[in-house]
Amino acid sequence: MNLTLKIWRQKDAKSQGKMVDYQISGIEGDMSFLEMLDVLNEDLISKGEEPVVFDHDCREGICGSCSLQINGEPHGPDRLITTCQLHMRKFNDGDTIYIEPFRAKAFPVVKDLMIDRSAFDRIQHAGGYISVNTSGNTMDANAIPVNKHDADDSFAAATCIGCGACVAACKNASAMLFTSAKVSQFALLPQGQVEASERVMAMVNQMDAEGFGNCTNTGACEIECPKGISLENIARMNREYLKASVKG
Amino acid sequence: MGGLIKSSIARKVAMALSGLFLVFFLLQHFSINFTSVFSPDLFNELSHFMGTNPIVQFVLQPILIFAVVFHFVMGFILEVQNNKARAVKYAKYNGGANAPWVSRNMIYSGLVVLAFLGLHFYDFWVPEIVYKYIETNPEVPTRYYEELLHKFESPIRTGLYVLSFVFLALHLWHGFASSFQSVGFNNKYSEGLTKFAKAFAVLIPLGFVAIAVIHYFNH
Repeated sequence: MNLTLKIWRQKDAKSQGKMVDYQISGIEGDMSFLEMLDVLNEDLISKGEEPVVFDHDCREGICGSCSLQINGEPHGPDRLITTCQLHMRKFNDGDTIYIEPFRAKAFPVVKDLMIDRSAFDRIQHAGGYISVNTSGNTMDANAIPVNKHDADDSFAAATCIGCGACVAACKNASAMLFTSAKVSQFALLPQGQVEASERVMAMVNQMDAEGFGNCTNTGACEIECPKGISLENIARMNREYLKASVKG
Repeated sequence: MGGLIKSSIARKVAMALSGLFLVFFLLQHFSINFTSVFSPDLFNELSHFMGTNPIVQFVLQPILIFAVVFHFVMGFILEVQNNKARAVKYAKYNGGANAPWVSRNMIYSGLVVLAFLGLHFYDFWVPEIVYKYIETNPEVPTRYYEELLHKFESPIRTGLYVLSFVFLALHLWHGFASSFQSVGFNNKYSEGLTKFAKAFAVLIPLGFVAIAVIHYFNH
């Protein structure tokens, strides 16, 4: 497969970036998208050029490291996958592929396609945890009855890998799907309900402080989420936030 | 309280609630307009009531104006903020792959509706205020139907009216259904409620268009 790649190149966080064209050949349909970029980088290194920097780690759809806006969609044209799970068979010989970093003011570009997603970490630090006595008196979680539907919904919310595709897909660069998943996974369980009010207020305030946009319910985040995190979580977060605001 | 006003969720809920209030107003407006098709007398009677009742004029009307102004001012503020949240745009952005055009372009459908509201105020509201409160003319309870007919004489005016309601339908198609999500309502009833909201988004503007077209062809 011969392809034309249009890739965002940016020297560092302070430099201006631009789209640069590359021709690549010998790409097999069974290669993952990241393997295709590996081939490109080997080619660039052999020519003495600077390789393209991109985030990656587990390469099996678990870690959420690989980002990339591919042909205008986070993680490319397939559904319920990360970029490392995208295969080149989704493209045709002669295609032109646009490869850009996830764009958001809160996700500044570090270099080329690598972005700084620590805004998500700071939202987590603001309240994405429960306070548990771990000094030997921890209560067995299984001793607390949990409604099956709540347990399932909580687990589904907890599958969020924090990749940032929701922000990248949203026309407003909103982080509400991510934040709502982290709020929901605790709000649905008895252990999390103790600090539910403080948590939702702190996490939403941090999300706003990071400069993410506002949710306008387009639903793009849910469609592009590699883990299928539902919009129900955003509705739940809105309810939790309103409840906490009324309580004061 | 200051924090609440700055909160993205509080603003989202405020947009939804003001939108729901305007949807309710639209239904009430349509109900009165609809009577003009089959009973000019009933239309005159209802319009006379709305035009002279002090609660409608001095309580509900200011609330309505506040809701309209709030909805579009907040809409602009959110649009500016959302643009800032992605300062560097994508070279290629395939928005249609994951969200319908109407939900991504509420600002444009909203601007058309706002322009129409300007025309509507110029056509109906301003002359009404001048007639009643500036020139202090005596109330003629039978004048409303004739005034309505007069406005739909021009094909350009009627065409603009029809076009505006197409954009209103687009705006409502996303706005009405999504307002429930904004206030935290997403459960087993949501599918039915969304269908109702989408039916409303088509049928009510279509009703307004039908009324305009009927009066235009009745001349």
